[in-house]
Amino acid sequence: MLYREAGQFKTNYVADSAIFPLREDRIGLGLIVLAAYALAFLGNSFLLQAVMIPFLVFSLAAIGLNILTGYTGLLSLGTGAFMGVGAYACYKLMTAFPGVNVIVWIFVSGFFSAAVGALFGLPSLRIKGFYLAVATLAAQFFLQWCFIRIPWLVNYNVSGALDAPLRTLFGIPIMGPNATPQTRYLLVLTIVILLTWLASNLVHGRIGRMWIAIRDMDLAAELMGIRPLQTKLLAFAVSSYYCGVAGALLVFLWYGGAEYDVFNINQSFFILFMVIIGGLGSLIGSFFGAALIFILPIVLGIVLPAALSPFGLSVGADVIEHLRFMIVGALIIFFLIVEPHGLARLWQIGKQKLLVWPFPY
Amino acid sequence: MSFRAMSLGLAAATMLAGAALPAFAQDSIYVPLFTYRTGPFAGSGTFIADGMHDYLEMLNQRDGGIGGVKLVLEECETGYDTKKGVECYEAVKGKNPVVVNPWSTGITLPLIPRASVDKIPILSMAYGLSASARGDIFPWVFNPPATYWDGLSMIIKFIGEKEGGLDKLKGKKIGFIHLDAAFGKEPIPLLQELAKDIGFEVALYPVAAQDMQNQSSQWLSARRDRPDYMIMWGWGSMNGAAVKEAVRSGYPMDKFYAVWWPSEDDARSGGAGAKGFKELNWHAVGANFPAIQDIQKHVIDKGLSKASKDKVGEVLYNRGIYNSLLIAEGIAQAQKLTGKKVVTGEDVRRGMENIKLDAARLKELGLEGFTDQLVLSCNDHNGHRAAFMQEWDGTKWVKISNPIEPMTDRVKGQLDAAAKDYAEKNAGWPKRTEACDKAS
Repeated sequence: MLYREAGQFKTNYVADSAIFPLREDRIGLGLIVLAAYALAFLGNSFLLQAVMIPFLVFSLAAIGLNILTGYTGLLSLGTGAFMGVGAYACYKLMTAFPGVNVIVWIFVSGFFSAAVGALFGLPSLRIKGFYLAVATLAAQFFLQWCFIRIPWLVNYNVSGALDAPLRTLFGIPIMGPNATPQTRYLLVLTIVILLTWLASNLVHGRIGRMWIAIRDMDLAAELMGIRPLQTKLLAFAVSSYYCGVAGALLVFLWYGGAEYDVFNINQSFFILFMVIIGGLGSLIGSFFGAALIFILPIVLGIVLPAALSPFGLSVGADVIEHLRFMIVGALIIFFLIVEPHGLARLWQIGKQKLLVWPFPY
Repeated sequence: MSFRAMSLGLAAATMLAGAALPAFAQDSIYVPLFTYRTGPFAGSGTFIADGMHDYLEMLNQRDGGIGGVKLVLEECETGYDTKKGVECYEAVKGKNPVVVNPWSTGITLPLIPRASVDKIPILSMAYGLSASARGDIFPWVFNPPATYWDGLSMIIKFIGEKEGGLDKLKGKKIGFIHLDAAFGKEPIPLLQELAKDIGFEVALYPVAAQDMQNQSSQWLSARRDRPDYMIMWGWGSMNGAAVKEAVRSGYPMDKFYAVWWPSEDDARSGGAGAKGFKELNWHAVGANFPAIQDIQKHVIDKGLSKASKDKVGEVLYNRGIYNSLLIAEGIAQAQKLTGKKVVTGEDVRRGMENIKLDAARLKELGLEGFTDQLVLSCNDHNGHRAAFMQEWDGTKWVKISNPIEPMTDRVKGQLDAAAKDYAEKNAGWPKRTEACDKAS
């Protein structure tokens, strides 16, 4: 009823090929962005610090991996390490040049990650599928080894850990222990919105179509004049850029300090699961995936004790932890069976149904 | 549409849960316990969690809490994972915790800068950042009774005495097998300095967290290098695997030393061959103390604990008790100092600085002879207490030495440099503004 195409006429090609051709979509998106900003002032510090900031960070990383795996069809298990490169680069840059605003360094650190990603993407021209996954696994282990073994990366810190020094923007602390969750959330949100907007333009434009062409059939794409090497490396670079920025955000605006172990192989799998569950080749799917994999366990951690207590069952933290694992695991299988194309596809189906509602055709 | 129904249900449940979050009464003290009963470190974490919980629960059952105020205990499962640990911290922060025990060096590090902002003291008992022993720089962090650097110096001292003097270590080779994380790497700078000064050789055998259970390559290298002594800085399943591998590779167990973390189960995993394995410890094992008997009576027999009866008194269970002893003492001192019954994190920080666990006080608490005395102060948040060596005799740990004092002269310089370094690197590290109490 409310959500329909009827009556919205396009009078030129630009309007017709817009990403959000429907007025309702644009309004809805605006409302979501507005609500996200409003949350900074309405949410409590637990919601912002332990739920929203990590959710946004993981969404950004999932977008990064989605560009590579979802849009270009190159499987990567090095996401964690590429995030680490961003974090360590950001740390080195901001301690070496404390005069420059740290937001600049967050964006610049992504380029270091992009360079490393492109380097490890070189084999992708020759190897595909699972074999490429193994090659990126090498990146994961090699980079993690570097994080442990090269003390220069942490400025010879005895503890071998990264920590977020105090940094300000217009006199307001945005990094370090004195930065409130609110300011950090606003900063992360703004960065994620900016980069998502950029990604959306990339994947819907010429470059995105090149990636999709390579994914769908690289031989045909090559015959049409798309250069596989450049296109694949570009996908690696852009993907790693996003992961790198996400890594820097993770350490400095969420944790406030971290060890190398944060960027281990589990992190890579964690992001990969988000992408698969959310929907390969979909930006909104990245957000859905991050929500399901990251937020759901937290919600369960709060809901389960409350749900079990009326039955006189008081369960320990460890049982809750096991239940979380089981429920999230079962849900993942459930979603994959019901909709193998991920949550993004469910969203699309829902929208289709809404368009024709209340008529069944 | 089942999805809509499901998501609606989920949303409704979330809201309900949000509304039903337990509101803590003002007449209780909230003590969160960060524990890990799941994951690869559960083998160590479960005993600690039981010990910590049972001692405080015993105070609740026997005395009705501390100073007549009931303690609200809540466990948060971290799985030894930094991500979940930080989530736990955020979850408990709003409920006015009086102290947090991260039980992981990885979780401690991100919390250290937050402690002074959130006004929640951190008790990282004999782990975490060694430099945080300096109360004047880290007023909110406590790591008694000894740092890892103290621990390493004690082991070196013990070995030196066995050889007939520290200088006899010259030309020897000491292997250092450690978890390749902040925790395991912490003592390396001191080890290397001591090696330079005394003239022994160091061989490092790092074990990555993902390969904890497979240490054959490290022990193969150890077999090739033939170190005269092996020192281990391990945690979780790493300890048991190391003992097993050491036995298998035929390493003489009486030359194998560990810092204070291996448990009975870890030593047992080496079978009969593990006899002679040694570790540091600073408190008694066994359950022959009135307070621990009370735990049996008031907690275990009533079915309020998750611990099985035979684990009570094991080394890591008692370690958990020691941790809770410090929490309880911090709270008790805070009540004494402020005259308030219901104390806050700020009060407990003051209380911890005034901890004075001498023999008389320990006797009063029903823990006579449980541990050496511990006195903390404004500047000294650690105590740098002596620990003793204990040896595995095949069935239990046996104390084999008198308390070994750490080499304070060597450790102190390192400690001060590290603390200064930390404050410098974290530009804008706040100067201590918290006043010192008269007593300390």
